[in-house]
Amino acid sequence: MSTLDAVPGIVAIAAVTVATLAIGTWGLRISRTTSDFMVASRSVNPRLNASAISGEYLSAASFLGVAGLVLAFGADMLWYPIGWTAGYLVLLVLVAAPLRRSGAYTLPDFAEARLASRAVRAACSVLVVAIGWLYLLPQFQGAGITLRSAVGAPSWVGPVLVGVIVLANVTSGGMRSITFVQAFQYWLKLTALLVPLAVLLVVWLGDGTPGSGAAGAGGDAAWSMPLAGDGGGPGLYTTYSLILATFLGTMGLPHVVVRFYTNPDGRAARRTTLVVLVMLGVFYLLPPAYGALGRVYAPQHAGSGSDVIVLELPRLMVSGLGGEVLTGLVTAGAFAAFLSTASGLAIAVAGVLSQDVTSRGPRGRRIGGVAAFRLGAVLAVSVPVLTALAAPHVGVARVVGLAFAVAASTFGPLLLLGIWWWRLTDVGAIAGLVLGGLGSGIAVAHTLAGEPVDGWGGVLLAQPAAWSVPLAATAMVVGSLLTPGRVPGHTRRLMVRLHTPEALGLDRA
Amino acid sequence: MSDTSRPPRVRVTGPPRRRTASTSRTGAIDAGTRLGGIYLGSLLREQLWLALRVLTVLVLGVGLLPLAFHLVPSLAEVDVAGMPLPWLLLGVLVYPFLVVLGWWYVRRAERNERAFAELMSEAEE
Repeated sequence: MSTLDAVPGIVAIAAVTVATLAIGTWGLRISRTTSDFMVASRSVNPRLNASAISGEYLSAASFLGVAGLVLAFGADMLWYPIGWTAGYLVLLVLVAAPLRRSGAYTLPDFAEARLASRAVRAACSVLVVAIGWLYLLPQFQGAGITLRSAVGAPSWVGPVLVGVIVLANVTSGGMRSITFVQAFQYWLKLTALLVPLAVLLVVWLGDGTPGSGAAGAGGDAAWSMPLAGDGGGPGLYTTYSLILATFLGTMGLPHVVVRFYTNPDGRAARRTTLVVLVMLGVFYLLPPAYGALGRVYAPQHAGSGSDVIVLELPRLMVSGLGGEVLTGLVTAGAFAAFLSTASGLAIAVAGVLSQDVTSRGPRGRRIGGVAAFRLGAVLAVSVPVLTALAAPHVGVARVVGLAFAVAASTFGPLLLLGIWWWRLTDVGAIAGLVLGGLGSGIAVAHTLAGEPVDGWGGVLLAQPAAWSVPLAATAMVVGSLLTPGRVPGHTRRLMVRLHTPEALGLDRA
Repeated sequence: MSDTSRPPRVRVTGPPRRRTASTSRTGAIDAGTRLGGIYLGSLLREQLWLALRVLTVLVLGVGLLPLAFHLVPSLAEVDVAGMPLPWLLLGVLVYPFLVVLGWWYVRRAERNERAFAELMSEAEE
């Protein structure tokens, strides 16, 4: 790569970094207490909050991974963005308002309040950190790919650079400044895909719309049709397992849940979620179009390097200065994607670590709230950065899909049963968390290790949700029914708090 | 006030809390009586039933698509305005469908809560 090719990428990354730090610093001026750090003192209005949630949620997997998967594997991969959006609908109808009304900061807080058990809290804390790290890993790996593709940097530069910027932002301003940063980054990401795509579509129309129609894309029917080719039983299983993982996994992601506490009340939480559905729906129209255009203009990328198609396509389709400007724009969007998601995850993981781990200083000394949070943030970021440097690259959207599967197999059933079923007990919850966590965890370890297993065993391990979610839910129900005496005494009062509108003068203590 | 461009600060609060009305329906819920349990149970059932209806529409409208494409492969060969039907459904139309479902849910859920709040206030007037 010549130095000239690297200019738009360097300009874009520098601009996003400066804007992120500037907005973060501006937010710092109104961020003072621990409550400000963690949940922006619960005073964020629905539209700003929805932009922030969407900005945080649209990660490297959405920005780069979806287009890459569509390019490589075709129509079946459209289920990834559908699931990532529909997950918010499921969250909206079953979880959003009650979760906000529970008044807890984090998932472990919710579990402890609901089940009055330190053991459940500990299990949840371990899972939040595990899911957070698993989700952070592909973000940092994606950063490595992007910097290599955009400026020709060695692949360790991306993870380290993004890690440092995230740490600077998170430790300085916490959630309050992050809210503004992430709202900005949603609109940046949308623009960064929309504007280049409009230009590329004009080029495509000018070329006489090559590859359109069902028999298009070089007459490759297996690519353009869902469940074609080997789409027999295994294909159908994989699709439905992915649907279950994404539909139920969204509500269990640590960085998603923590954002709901920033709504002023349950009603606002619902409205925020609805706006998020609109914002995600608009965004996810775009990445598959990059994948489809890539099939026509850059079929050579359909192999293992398909994650870079969004970054490479503008340069391949538009020559000269125009192509360089568009490349700069998509690079900026991709960089914003790593920064926003990684920041949100870092805050969620740091929040849990600071409450349960880093607040215990050496020799039993307590470390203060903000200092513990900063220490937690360092831990939350450095572990996945180091892993990203060491681990082989497995495809951004795939690893994120696995994080969803783990969340769906653990926090999914815990939230659903905890909110809607009076008889859930701590014993049942732990049984479900352990079985679901172990089951999906084995599948994750197997996939990350990269040793393929033939036949149905490999299929079941590659996409575990369809068996691990029912396993966890059954364990929770059976375990609770076997221990009816352990239903906490305050359950009825807590149910009142979760499900009644705040305006009513009920006792919510 | 010297700065006329800025309106005075107003404290915004919810409706007055009627903790003292021990005979009220909110009181019945707080006291954990059987009647209170019935009021709360009715709201919970109403909201859960609404959620299940939305999820059923989601499963029927979106969840059955893979099965449909699997059982009727010829669906994938249908072209609508130069776009294969699966791409139109999975890439475009599914998103407005999800938004409309969500919008419908929010309206109904808020209506349920309003009805519950009215039920609670009736006994106190």
